[in-house]
Amino acid sequence: MSAARKEEEARRSVFTRRALVLGGIQLGALGFLGFRLNKLQVEEGERYATLAEENRISARLVAPPRGRVLDREGKVIAGSQLNWRALIVAEDARDVPAVLDTFSKIVPLTDTERTRIEREVRRRRRFIPVVLREFLSWEEMARIEVNAPDLPGISVDVGTTREYPEKEHLAHIVGYVAPPAEADMGEDPLLELPGIRVGRAGIEKHHDKTLRGRAGSIRLEVNAVGRVIRELDRREGQPGQDVQISVDAELQRTVRGRCEEGTSAVVLDARTGEVLAMATQPSFDPNLFNAGVTAAQWREWTSKRQTPLINKCTNGLYAPGSTFKMIVALAALEAKVCTPGDRVPCPGYYDLGDTRFHCWSKYGHGSLDMRGGLKNSCDCYFYEMAKRTGIDRIAAMANRFGLGVDLEIELPGTRRGLVPTRAWRQAQGKPWNLGDTVVHGIGQGFYQLTPLSLATMTARLATGRAVQPHLTRTIGGRPIKGVRPEDWPSLGIPERDLRVVREGMWAVVNETGGTAKVAQLPAGMGQLAGKTGSTQVRRVSREQRERGFRVEAMPREWRPHALFVSYAPYDNPQYVVMVIVEHGSSGAGAAAPIARDIMIDTINRFRQPVNAPPARVAEAAAPRNQ
Amino acid sequence: MMLREPAVYERRLLMKQHSFGILEKLWQIPWLFVLMLCGVAAIGYVALYSAGGGTPDAYASKHALRFGFGLVIMLSISLVDIRVIARFAWVGYAAGVALLVLVLVHGNVGKGAQRWIDIGPIQLQPSELMKIMLCLALAHWFHRASWERMGNPLFLIPPALAVLVPVALILKQPNLGTALITGMIGASMFWAAGVRWWKFAILFAGVGFIAPIAYERLHDYQKARITTFMDPESDPLGAGYNIIQSKIALGSGGMWGKGFLQGTQGHLNFLPEKQTDFIFTMIAEEFGLVGALGTLGLLALVIIFAMLTALRCRHQFGRLLALGLGTNFFLYVFVNIAMVTGSIPVGGVPLPLISHGGSAVLTVMLGFGLLGSAYVHRDVEFAAARE
Repeated sequence: MSAARKEEEARRSVFTRRALVLGGIQLGALGFLGFRLNKLQVEEGERYATLAEENRISARLVAPPRGRVLDREGKVIAGSQLNWRALIVAEDARDVPAVLDTFSKIVPLTDTERTRIEREVRRRRRFIPVVLREFLSWEEMARIEVNAPDLPGISVDVGTTREYPEKEHLAHIVGYVAPPAEADMGEDPLLELPGIRVGRAGIEKHHDKTLRGRAGSIRLEVNAVGRVIRELDRREGQPGQDVQISVDAELQRTVRGRCEEGTSAVVLDARTGEVLAMATQPSFDPNLFNAGVTAAQWREWTSKRQTPLINKCTNGLYAPGSTFKMIVALAALEAKVCTPGDRVPCPGYYDLGDTRFHCWSKYGHGSLDMRGGLKNSCDCYFYEMAKRTGIDRIAAMANRFGLGVDLEIELPGTRRGLVPTRAWRQAQGKPWNLGDTVVHGIGQGFYQLTPLSLATMTARLATGRAVQPHLTRTIGGRPIKGVRPEDWPSLGIPERDLRVVREGMWAVVNETGGTAKVAQLPAGMGQLAGKTGSTQVRRVSREQRERGFRVEAMPREWRPHALFVSYAPYDNPQYVVMVIVEHGSSGAGAAAPIARDIMIDTINRFRQPVNAPPARVAEAAAPRNQ
Repeated sequence: MMLREPAVYERRLLMKQHSFGILEKLWQIPWLFVLMLCGVAAIGYVALYSAGGGTPDAYASKHALRFGFGLVIMLSISLVDIRVIARFAWVGYAAGVALLVLVLVHGNVGKGAQRWIDIGPIQLQPSELMKIMLCLALAHWFHRASWERMGNPLFLIPPALAVLVPVALILKQPNLGTALITGMIGASMFWAAGVRWWKFAILFAGVGFIAPIAYERLHDYQKARITTFMDPESDPLGAGYNIIQSKIALGSGGMWGKGFLQGTQGHLNFLPEKQTDFIFTMIAEEFGLVGALGTLGLLALVIIFAMLTALRCRHQFGRLLALGLGTNFFLYVFVNIAMVTGSIPVGGVPLPLISHGGSAVLTVMLGFGLLGSAYVHRDVEFAAARE
């Protein structure tokens, strides 16, 4: 018994030792787990917390609504059109083919559409909506909604596309939008969103960032399979701001109605430089860029001689012809090479050395002072003035009047044109001859000027201020600078010099013997002052001249361009109208009547003062009929 | 060893030499231990409440019911005389093996792992039951072992077979994790019974030799578990996904956790099988390191109690039984938590009393009933061998 007890004791002590070893190992193992937990949860906790957040949070950008472009009356000229889309969620539909069959009875689906839908349904996860059809009509949408009980899983939602209600009337000003190109990416994360559009031309391009706004973002909680559980938070982006421009859509339509193909017209507010209308024929429908322009459409546009995509008011380059003579007169007066009363004889030609320069009137104008020179548009008078003044002083004066300089108008791609100088010619490695100066005195030669710059010149002549043509009136309802006449500095031309030129322009229209009596305004509308111009596109040879050639006998594309610059009322200038008729032959015959009609339209349109004081500018964005 | 006054100790000893009354037994039941188990089950209830999406309906209330049932079984078994239990040790073992064979023939197969038999509303996993029966059988065998017998290698062959037969049957299921755990329980009991060091050295050498051959014969999914364990990021959406998501859930819990019902990994289903194998991750995510270590600590107390019971038993049967059951529980806890922390390969082992699943609760409570009996009858006269 004692031995058995002893053995029992020995067995127990072996067990105790070994059990303690085993227990120690076990506690050690549990301690290791505790250590491991500490490492995971505390030491690396932050890393895993980030991973957990990445798991559960899906951030999505939200496209802000693009700002509208409004005309000066607050009418929408570039807005967002609602795009109603039908969507299907496979999970809710259960039997997708059956639901599609029912849907086809309401809104017919083509086989291609159906294949695409079924492919997308198969490929995507079952709770992700698939687009059935975009751009639903109101009627289609209503039919879908009415039949909703038979269409499980189908819903209608709304996106936006850009819409230009004025279509081709304002295309060249407002521009258009298109999907961003690869090169635009990276600049703004917003551009990577599907369906986003960027401005590609005109106001849409110039004010693209303002109109676009800033992207908002939503942070969504998603579960392991990507289903959205809830919206965690939403950072509102900044919606695009509305841009109001100075153009009046109604006037614009009227002006365009008066322009035939090849005709361009610019209407400015003389005192502020605001563009009231700017029309070019032909034009295009900017809505076509929304869905993407087809290759055929593009070919049609670019193959034409008169391509509709180019705004000839800002990008067409022409010699100014006689419309330039006011600049020569002012340069001469400033250079003090003559007085307004100095007379220059005109026998119908002007000899410089061996070269004979012709006046447009082969019988001559007799002896003319400056006012007479302008009234009759006598070439000989301005040959002489140019010779006395010199090309560089003429060019400097032209630049002061906005010719050949960057006018900074909000239309990307606008050309600055060319006003030649001696240095410019020499840079080409050619000498500048006195003969060149003489020719440039009547606005022929190397000049390349846009209709917009000639309109600007006219506004500056009428007001004596350095008004800049511009389009933006308010951004987000806040007026911008330059809407008041006082915002523009004086040109620094003496008033008496300007008066001579203005009187000359008045006489052109309102005096017997003026070159553009046709442009007289009807009684009660004030008086219009203007200047005609016609610029040769082909040189007239001596032979032709001696035979007494007739412009009407020439092929149309050889005929000179017809120009007319004007402002009214004469005693209180408010509006500038500039018209150019390509191959219109004569300024007085082709351009002046159109300009007169446009002036009448403009005056009628703005019977009230056109320039609302700044406080009222903001109200213009709201509809008028309140 | 046990910190008690000799006088009290001796009195108890005399009192319990033979048998004692039911009231005394009830008094002797380790109520503190029962309280610990209730605490563990309560943690399970809270975690399953969260895993069920914030309601008790999905898992938690069933869990409470099962635990209650298990508690009744445990307390009943605690009152049964340990000597009576010992008498039925091999009967239980035989029944366990029979069930393992039955499950191989007739059982239902889950996700490529555990096999179970439906007994009424309960799903019984014989492999879980087998581990407890193995403890009983080995405790009974070594209880009779005298020194000379222990020295005789032939005496070790029957218990070795008693371990290898169920291990082989479980491997056949196939369930690598449980087979390994069963083997380790057997090894621990051999060790505690006093088998010599060098015999274990031979055993490990043999295992080291067989392991590569065995690896070749593993199923592909079993190989995948081992390889993805080595480098979970190598296959983040495939087999490694569970480990990565589990680690993210654990790590993102931080020190104090995300708060009850606030665990994003669990509630958004990034966490796989969150109510069963990955329940600990759920706790660690929502209650942080504090909650995780608290749970781990409570589980450690349960294991420590089993070990203390083993040390206090005055008979080898009770000692070995308590040690085997304690080791069984330890292996559950260790394998499960090591698995979810990415420390060992994933292997379908639940966290006892916390994970959702009926048969695990019942078999664990059955085991604790035996442990309870060993505790209550720790001082009874239970002769090793008749001489």
